[in-house]
Amino acid sequence: MSVIYILLSISIIVAVVFFIAFLTAVRKGQFDDSYTPSVRMLFDDELVKEQPKPTIKIKKTN
Amino acid sequence: MEQTTCFHCGDDCNAAIILYDEKNFCCNGCKTVYEIFSENDLTCYYDLQASPGAIPKEIQGKYDFLSQDNIIEKLTEFNDGNTQIATLYIPHIHCSSCIWILENLNKLNPNISSSQVNFGKKNIRVTYNPEKTSLKDVVLLLSTIGYEPYISLDDFKTGQQNVNRSLIYKLGIAGFAFGNVMFLSFPEYFQVGEFWLEQYKHLFRWLMFVFSLPVVFYSGADYFISAYKGLRSKLLNIDVPIALGIAVLFLRSTAEIIFDLGSGFFDSLTGLVFFLLLGKFFQQKTYSFLSFERDYKSYFPIAVTIISSEGIETPIQVYDIKKGDRLLIRNEELIPVDGILINGKARIDYSFVTGESETVSKISGDKLFAGGKQTSGVIEMEAIKSVEQSYLTQLWSNDVFSKNKDDGFTTLTNKISKKFTIAVLSIAVIATTFWLFVDASKAMNVFTAVLIIACPCAIALSAPFTFGNLLRIFGKLKFYVKNASVIEQLASINTIIFDKTGTITSNKKSTATYDGLALNPSEEILLKNTLRGSNHPLSRTLYDILDEHNIISLNHFEEHLGKGIEATHNDNHIKIGSASFVGAGETSILNTQVHISTNNEYKGKYTFYNSYRKGLSKLFNKLKKQYDLVILSGDNEGEFENLKKLLPSKTKLIFNQKPDDKLDYIKYHQTEGAKILMIGDGLNDAGALAQSNVGIALSENVNVFSPACDAILDASKFNQLDKFISASKSAIKIIKWSFVLSFVYNIIGLYFAVTGQLAPVIAAILMPLSSISIVIFTTIATNLLGRKLE
Repeated sequence: MSVIYILLSISIIVAVVFFIAFLTAVRKGQFDDSYTPSVRMLFDDELVKEQPKPTIKIKKTN
Repeated sequence: MEQTTCFHCGDDCNAAIILYDEKNFCCNGCKTVYEIFSENDLTCYYDLQASPGAIPKEIQGKYDFLSQDNIIEKLTEFNDGNTQIATLYIPHIHCSSCIWILENLNKLNPNISSSQVNFGKKNIRVTYNPEKTSLKDVVLLLSTIGYEPYISLDDFKTGQQNVNRSLIYKLGIAGFAFGNVMFLSFPEYFQVGEFWLEQYKHLFRWLMFVFSLPVVFYSGADYFISAYKGLRSKLLNIDVPIALGIAVLFLRSTAEIIFDLGSGFFDSLTGLVFFLLLGKFFQQKTYSFLSFERDYKSYFPIAVTIISSEGIETPIQVYDIKKGDRLLIRNEELIPVDGILINGKARIDYSFVTGESETVSKISGDKLFAGGKQTSGVIEMEAIKSVEQSYLTQLWSNDVFSKNKDDGFTTLTNKISKKFTIAVLSIAVIATTFWLFVDASKAMNVFTAVLIIACPCAIALSAPFTFGNLLRIFGKLKFYVKNASVIEQLASINTIIFDKTGTITSNKKSTATYDGLALNPSEEILLKNTLRGSNHPLSRTLYDILDEHNIISLNHFEEHLGKGIEATHNDNHIKIGSASFVGAGETSILNTQVHISTNNEYKGKYTFYNSYRKGLSKLFNKLKKQYDLVILSGDNEGEFENLKKLLPSKTKLIFNQKPDDKLDYIKYHQTEGAKILMIGDGLNDAGALAQSNVGIALSENVNVFSPACDAILDASKFNQLDKFISASKSAIKIIKWSFVLSFVYNIIGLYFAVTGQLAPVIAAILMPLSSISIVIFTTIATNLLGRKLE
């Protein structure tokens, strides 16, 4: 039943890893602005769409 | 006629429409921005949001000061040889298109390596290579695409600003510990006396102890500090019973596991701190893009151009201006110091100072006051005072600005907590004495149990969640309140003082009467069409008032800065503008006038009147039943009769009040027991706003301007003021009811505690239950309240 020591230490290590991840996230300022990233996330598509420029023009003339 | 709107900025294309790339533009500025974007494949800007842009402003020479090293150093947060990082505040940021274009700045200037927008704060953090480009280039680029940054004296501080994130850390740690302790405490609740559990329960308990250490000593530290401060100033604030509860919980639990008496209350302890911090977090102010602490520094420029005796123009920091310096003020620039006009035609807009939107003409030799904005052409002036000694800035040396308003105010929670703490302590003492005689072994158990169960978690949560939620609801209705205690103070006021100009009158003059020879139809058409081409505020107002007419194309059109406009159509010639420009004799009436002449014959004038905000007298009639109403105006008595007719007869009308007079008036009435709500708009009201119990700044555009205050109200919501006040009063009622609810939980808990049967599992159920039910109750109640507001 001493396996419980291993299980406990694993669970605590996992918890602590997430805890450290949280601390670094706060320190890097990820909690400072909770709105912009939600919009920024959607932009990557727009940039890709831009490359085939002619297609946009065709759309407009139709 | 159908109005065409500009593809870039969405304004009506009143003047000649510019057609480019099959799209309509209202002016060349907008067209140019579109050209820049289309050349750089950035037209997605217009797909994300329709007409998101702003008209770029004339900026020539305005940012010359940004090439000075000492100013760059103050504005950048990071600076080594080939990387500079600067954060710029851009008021125009308002939609997702803005974020997109600003984060793609590197497409427009490849030397900008990255730009990141913080939408909430409306600022952009730009990283660039100073060897190939400069801060000035970045600012100019932003200005040319319609995103002019707002750089003021307030930005004039070195280095990075420290963001206070301690509450997030504390909350995170408490939440982390709470979750883990819960898991570790569960086995003992469900399985009592099981073999393997008996083997390992000590390990579990000591792990819980370890998890609770940072919660008590880091996350909960503020409560101990606040309780200590309260006790030292002989105040039983709400943090005293909380700190007592946390301390007793921790000590008793530790004692229990050391002497193997039980599993302790670690789950209740960490849960308590977690919920309390959650309440604090919820109450934290939510409007990061608004500043409630602004003083004159937020409006003043960092630098102005100084002309040396040899006639060389150099930018100079505003703080370095000395008496006798010759300054160059460009169009749209702010006058930073008191001085004398030397050269040029000045039309000064003192709206920052007085709230009065009308410009004042000055000729050379006249005195100019700091805070005015030049609106026509370039002027030269000589400084006669330094920045700190100027008339406007001296107002800030008054000690109202250094006082903290909350100090003298006892919140409802603290009022309750005083009685509560005394009651809890006496119950604890009585119960302990009783048990000392009946069963002395249980006495200590009962004493600590009472203190644990009576820990006023639910009471402490009532106010933060009610006010926090109400702050959010108010914010949605464009009433931005600084913090929770402002709502509480708002509920207790009995006198309301209004400023006149800009507060109860609207800045847009919308009534004008014509006086003079009647205009014939062709002259009317010509007048309307001439006004159409002008961007002067008075032309725009007059244009909107006049009847619709056909559009004709003018043969000749010319705008004379600061004088007026003239135009020709076929044989008809028209001049619109000031009396001297049109050729009328000077008239000496206080109200603003626009004169008209056709074919060199004087026709007449339009006179503009103060127009009062919609619903003003309705609002006053609603408020008069409960409050004393006063109007404190810095203006002359010109509008006295008008106001008397409009407002309830009880309203006091006081004119000719200087900023200091307003402040003293409020101070005097406060000593007589009045609780005053001041509503103002200009910097001249700043002293009065700071002195009053609640100071609300009324603002036409919340992003641009408001003096230091407790709350900012959007001008369009002015007639709803009574609803906001009564909602604040209802909020107090909600809090009182939730106090009642939490007392019920306390009485149930006290029964277990006093009878000596408080098991950890009961505390573990009762504490979260009471907290969560309070949160649910207050949230639902305030949401219902908010629905009534809309």
